[in-house]
Amino acid sequence: MNEITQTPVLEQHKENVETKRERLSPINRRRWENFKRHRRGYWSLWIFAILFAISLCAELVANNKPFLVSYEGKWYYPIVEFYPETTFGGDFETETNYRDPEVQRLIKEKGGYMLWPLIRFHYSTINYDVPTPAPSKPTWMYSEAECKPAVEKKRGATSCADLDQNWLGTDTAARDVTARMIYGFRISVIFGLTLTIFSSIIGIAAGAVQGYFGGWVDLAFQRFIEIWTSIPTLYVLLIVAAVLPQGFFVLLGILLLFSWTSLVGVVRAEFLRTRNFEYVQAARALGVSNTVLMYRHILPNAMVATLTFMPFILSGSVMTLTALDYLGYGLPPGSPSLGELLNQGRNNLQAPWLGITGFFTVAVLLTLLIFIGEAIRDAFDPRKTFS
Amino acid sequence: MSGDALLQIKDFSVAFRQSERETLAVDRISFDVKKGETLAVVGESGSGKSVTGLSVLRLLPPSAHHPSGEILFQGRDLLKLTEREMRGVRGNDITMVFQEPMTSLNPLHTIGQQIVEVLEVHRGMSGNAARERVIELLTEVGIPEPAERLGSYPHQLSGGQRQRVMIALALANEPDLFIADEPTTALDVTVQAQILKLLKELQGRLGMAMLFITHDLNIVRKIADRVCVMKQGKIVEQGSVEEIFKNPQHPYTKALLAAEPRMQPAPSQPDAPTMISTEELKVWYPIKRGLFKRTIGHIKAVDGITLKIRRGETLGVVGESGSGKTTLGLALLRLISSEGPIVFLGKPLQGLKFKAMRPFRRDMQIVFQDPYGSLSPRMSITDIVSEGLRVHQPQLSAEERDRRAAEALKDVGLDPATRHRYPHEFSGGQRQRIAVARAMVLEPSFVVLDEPTSALDMLVQSQIVDLLRDLQKKRELTYLFISHDLRVVAALASHVMVMKDGKIVEQGPAEKLFKSPESDYTRALFAAAFSLEAEHAAKA
Repeated sequence: MNEITQTPVLEQHKENVETKRERLSPINRRRWENFKRHRRGYWSLWIFAILFAISLCAELVANNKPFLVSYEGKWYYPIVEFYPETTFGGDFETETNYRDPEVQRLIKEKGGYMLWPLIRFHYSTINYDVPTPAPSKPTWMYSEAECKPAVEKKRGATSCADLDQNWLGTDTAARDVTARMIYGFRISVIFGLTLTIFSSIIGIAAGAVQGYFGGWVDLAFQRFIEIWTSIPTLYVLLIVAAVLPQGFFVLLGILLLFSWTSLVGVVRAEFLRTRNFEYVQAARALGVSNTVLMYRHILPNAMVATLTFMPFILSGSVMTLTALDYLGYGLPPGSPSLGELLNQGRNNLQAPWLGITGFFTVAVLLTLLIFIGEAIRDAFDPRKTFS
Repeated sequence: MSGDALLQIKDFSVAFRQSERETLAVDRISFDVKKGETLAVVGESGSGKSVTGLSVLRLLPPSAHHPSGEILFQGRDLLKLTEREMRGVRGNDITMVFQEPMTSLNPLHTIGQQIVEVLEVHRGMSGNAARERVIELLTEVGIPEPAERLGSYPHQLSGGQRQRVMIALALANEPDLFIADEPTTALDVTVQAQILKLLKELQGRLGMAMLFITHDLNIVRKIADRVCVMKQGKIVEQGSVEEIFKNPQHPYTKALLAAEPRMQPAPSQPDAPTMISTEELKVWYPIKRGLFKRTIGHIKAVDGITLKIRRGETLGVVGESGSGKTTLGLALLRLISSEGPIVFLGKPLQGLKFKAMRPFRRDMQIVFQDPYGSLSPRMSITDIVSEGLRVHQPQLSAEERDRRAAEALKDVGLDPATRHRYPHEFSGGQRQRIAVARAMVLEPSFVVLDEPTSALDMLVQSQIVDLLRDLQKKRELTYLFISHDLRVVAALASHVMVMKDGKIVEQGPAEKLFKSPESDYTRALFAAAFSLEAEHAAKA
């Protein structure tokens, strides 16, 4: 059938148009078109991009410091810079606690004002003004009577509306759930992305070497991977968690040890297939070295399978982190994490806002990633092009 | 139109829809096939001839539709039949044989099962009656020991035998019209001749009409009664074979007929220095068996070849597929390991490591058979062509490399302005030019040409042959020209070597070899390639 799309041999020469190097090759442009035609995936990509962009500037959305303080005719930027309390006429050399009513009064007296982010809590901020013991429900759900103790405690407050709003309530340590959700989303995605990128790099390299050289290298490596993947990840994590301090990079390293194998099979298969193609032979006849051959000639052809898998690896990574956090072997205590939120939700069934928030965030995040992944998979599917 | 027309195609078009773009593949053609005659449809790839064949059986993908025309078969318009009625036509009244016998048969069923299936579907035959009919059919298409062959799987048969089985399948229900879509293109010359003879015989015996689709004019001359010449979806000329070959009207037909490669081989250079020579070169693949992988024997792909090519000469290597000619080419360039000395410009190559080989690679290049497989689909052609410069002249700047690539493209007759495009935007002939440019950009002195023309149309073939000859003259190149197509070899080679099963059957200066071949094998090979032209010339 492919005969039909060819242009006749003799004619094509005549058109003498200088074609510029396109930013996207035609095949990629067609893929992008296909991706866009996949409405659900396309919209998911946009929603995900917007959510991720918001969470990337989480410091501007949810913080316990104002963007901007005007004090005695001068501008201060607490989010970026450190100002001791003495700057604003306080007593301590430590960083100003802008949430402190005393500091707020000092600034106000000098005719200054503060410009606050939408949510006045950092993920680590403990809200001491909660009307009921933590976990306390969203502020808008309190009746005036219930609010009373907190309103009385807070200077200048007259009703529930004057309290700092915990839109989704607080967790067991009286920290704002909304803030923790935003920061948790960010750390989940960043962790997932980093893990995906690093395990892809290692996996592609390993798969490439195995597929390209084949023979004994392939045989030995494959057996090694089989043994390696049979090590139970969770036990290793438990042991390592007992020895090393918990932290983002330690966790990343340990998970990386086991997650790089996911792409090896696909890449290896592509390399095994491609290495005998004539254009690879031709490049070899030109004297192109093995590394260059693998990188410039074969890898671009193996990238389709890799890119198709990537969104699914990403959602898998996010899920792994959430699961580990849920079990308490994930990020260090105190870090904002969706898994920890879910765990709190399970332990505090009387506070459904914890569980519901955790569930919806994880569900939305994973659903978006899966939709995007499906769209990418379809866009790369060569059979889809004629539909 | 006469009343005995079996198939009438009137004002018929096919268009393909591809994301809002319409491509007209067949443009208002009309022809008819009479009972018992053979009509050949000739044209280069992309001319719409296969599409025409497929649309008679309504086998086109759903993206195709017909803006105009009708296909009348025995008075019924096939385009208006329901899918159910159409199934009654396919395989019963009209049957088809495709180009590639490797993929046309189901590898998981025995050939017996596959033929019985057709008989069951259309005739309700089964059991012993079907078995007998299958044996009869296989005997008819010339398969030896048909009763034993019933249980064979397709991979146990040779390409020629597979094509015979395909023909048996197509003939099972004694069709009125037989469509053959390039049935011999994938086969060796000698096998090709046998299959054509078989088709002609069968047609005479069964009295069926044949629609023969091909790009090879020689085959047309051998088999057809009338010809349609197609170009870009249109029939530019039709008439009887005699008329068209003797007195072509349309310029395209004239060009097609004149497309025989010019016989102008490179002169023999008995005094020139030796470019490359080998002595008893062997490529043996071990056959290993058992638990400890003991070597129990060898597949001798190349078995003791001694050759010597002098500067400026062309050695043509001919032989059927599987004779080891490609392996020989790869071994000479040390792309696969071999035994026996290879001396290139006075220096021994055997045993050099990959890095040590690199300086030599500049002087020895290769052009492959398949212009679709030999260019990386993800590199623009300037990248493909300048890849060699990147390796051998890393000191060049990107602009300089680009300029050299553009020059090389100009040398092979391509517009350098198109150099940022990707391979799939070029036709087969243009791609082969790109592959030649890639080999030539390093200004090598020795080039292995591995069937550089066999995947191309006739017209393009002779263009590429001319190009190769010009380049050889201009740059004093030495070629090792591998081909199964003797006409092309005759057009280029100063020396010829005939190979069979990895061994040399015969070698010598081209003129002498072509005039008086000594071995039977060579004679058979030549007969298959040239005999029918000779016959025709005698008739004319």
